[in-house]
Amino acid sequence: MVPTNYYLILSAILFGLGIVAFVFKRNIITIFMAIELMLNAVNLAFVAFSQSLGKTDGEVFVLFVIVVAAAEAAVGLGIIILTARNRRSLNVERVDLLKL
Amino acid sequence: MQPILDHLWIIPLLPLLGSAINGLLGKGWPNKTVNAVALGSTGLSFAFALEAVREFLGYYEANHTAFIKPFFDWIVAGNFRAGFDLQLDQLTVVMLLVVTGVGFLIHIYSTGYMAHEGGYYRFFSYLNLFMFFMLILVLAANFVLLFVGWEGVGLCSYLLIGFYFLRKSAADAGKKAFIVNRIGDFGFMLGMFLIFRTFHTLDFAAVFSKVGELPPDAMGQLGTLTVAALLLFVGATGKSAQIPLYVWLPDAMEGPTPVSALIHAATMVTAGVYVVARSHILYTHAPTAMYVVAIIGCATAFFAATIGLVQSDIKKVLAYSTVSQLGYMFLGCGVGAFGAGIFHLMTHAFFKALLFLSAGSVIHAMGGEQDMWHMGGLWSKIKVTAWCMLFGTIAIAGFFPFAAFFSKDAILFSTFMKDEYNGKVLYGIGLFAAIMTSFYMFRLVWLTFFGEERFDEHKVHVHESPKNMTVPLMILAILSLIGGWFALPALLGGKDYFTEFLSPVFGVGEVLPESAHSLELWLSGVAMLAATAGLIVAWQMYGKGAKQGPSTGLHKILYHKYYVDELYQAVVVGPLMWLSRNVLWKVVDVGVIDGTVNGIATGTTAVGDTVRHTQSGNTRSYAVWVLVGALVVFAIIFWPILHPALFGVVR
Repeated sequence: MVPTNYYLILSAILFGLGIVAFVFKRNIITIFMAIELMLNAVNLAFVAFSQSLGKTDGEVFVLFVIVVAAAEAAVGLGIIILTARNRRSLNVERVDLLKL
Repeated sequence: MQPILDHLWIIPLLPLLGSAINGLLGKGWPNKTVNAVALGSTGLSFAFALEAVREFLGYYEANHTAFIKPFFDWIVAGNFRAGFDLQLDQLTVVMLLVVTGVGFLIHIYSTGYMAHEGGYYRFFSYLNLFMFFMLILVLAANFVLLFVGWEGVGLCSYLLIGFYFLRKSAADAGKKAFIVNRIGDFGFMLGMFLIFRTFHTLDFAAVFSKVGELPPDAMGQLGTLTVAALLLFVGATGKSAQIPLYVWLPDAMEGPTPVSALIHAATMVTAGVYVVARSHILYTHAPTAMYVVAIIGCATAFFAATIGLVQSDIKKVLAYSTVSQLGYMFLGCGVGAFGAGIFHLMTHAFFKALLFLSAGSVIHAMGGEQDMWHMGGLWSKIKVTAWCMLFGTIAIAGFFPFAAFFSKDAILFSTFMKDEYNGKVLYGIGLFAAIMTSFYMFRLVWLTFFGEERFDEHKVHVHESPKNMTVPLMILAILSLIGGWFALPALLGGKDYFTEFLSPVFGVGEVLPESAHSLELWLSGVAMLAATAGLIVAWQMYGKGAKQGPSTGLHKILYHKYYVDELYQAVVVGPLMWLSRNVLWKVVDVGVIDGTVNGIATGTTAVGDTVRHTQSGNTRSYAVWVLVGALVVFAIIFWPILHPALFGVVR
């Protein structure tokens, strides 16, 4: 059986990759995927803990996260499509109308 | 059965109701309706007061105590209680009848005097409100409730002095009265605090019975009782216009004349005397304070009389006369003759109200003229007023058998007998003031009613006042004649009924030896001589036609009231104004208070200006901020774990 630590380390690596991509990438779609990556890294950690502790709480939480992620994807993709249509670009640097 | 006594609150409440109705609804009403409300409420109040007195006398017959009834708790905090408690004893009876009786007469008079003035409803609303507060003042059974009345009458005095508020001098006079009274009230409040601190209560009955158990302060010793008595007296000097706080009363003559009669002669200004008399146990336990009261009273009686000698405004003469007569009352209280002081208070209420109202009638007849040098020869034109004025003058001068003869004589006699206070000296000064009283009053009569006419016949239409003004005058004239007769038997070797009536309050005076009676007769004779001397001098100077000469020397100093107002202006008012303008306004207000408020606003703007640059609109910078935030939360949550670990690394 694979030790729990391995899962946790993998989860941390995935989460760190997500953060890096989230901060440094310019493409909205990529940023969006980075968020999904972080969510799923957390999901992985939940499942790993759930397995090692012999409880189902973590798995239940994963289901919740998936639901929220799906909703977020629906809203987020909608925004992305509208932004892309209006600006003919997916570069976040050019989405700066919120400036004071 | 004692229906009114058990509902004593109804006596002060009626004028309050009248005031509220007239004040809130009366604006558009015709004078008749306003009259009905104002006269109805005060008249009923007077009637109820009479009934209450009748019931009280029966009550006293049965119980031999003062009637005290708590109606409801007003302030309760810890072991402190100030209730709406009303009290009726012989002293209150005198005050109650004077206030409601004279007040009612002056209300009637006012319906004539004020008939053509604007703000008719407002005048009567204030006047009724004054009656309410004055009744609270005299009926109160503790210092706190008394203070409510005390402040309330001060407020009404302010409102009524400034009744013609479009005239700057009237508004200023109102302010002056109010502010000068504040100084006195400050002392009064300190006195109350000291009494509460010492006796843990402010109820009259409790305080005075506790004072009675204490040994009196020795002469010259500033014990608690002496300090408390002196502080209360500071309040009394403010309200009753004694040296050094008398300056507001002459200015208060800016108010309508009925106000001068009611508030600034008959009732409110005697509140100070009432308080001293009410607290007489405190004063008898503080001989030093008594001595101070006697000296201040005597000095004021003399000092104000000298100013009154030369004034040309008819109301100013009466104003200084009032200050002087109040001095007599304090002199009486100061030498321990509280009964005589209250006696003079009552007779003074009659004859001074009469004099003021007569003066008002003269002013009314002259179409607003107040300068006596522009009057003269009015005797045959306004006979009723002139006769009433003459009655008042004879009464105040102290001729037998008019009222002041008995009351002033009682005061002067008690002063003469008070050896430990240098009574003979005080008596001499008081007697000299009596000569001056007689002089300035007869001067007023001659200048006003006799000699040639010093006004333009064609411009001034002299006319006698209507019935509703002259009838109260006649009633007061009769009272000024017979008001002193309670003491008439004393002159013949019998009892002084007035002093005896008050003896349950003030205690029975020491029994004087037989020789004292003949001495009293002699002193009465001397007082009559003094009054006659004043009369003769006045006749010599003004009886044969007088011209207003140039004002020089002593006359000028007296005419300008010893420049006391100018002195106060320079010593007190000026520096205070300077302090207010240059320190409190320009430094404290503009600098500190406005500075703080504006500083906070400027600071907030500056911070916002700096921080707003984080709002770049760049989505990725927001992402970094989210990350930073997450890290901070992470750090806070895991700090207890990380902290020793980090330290371990560093070490």
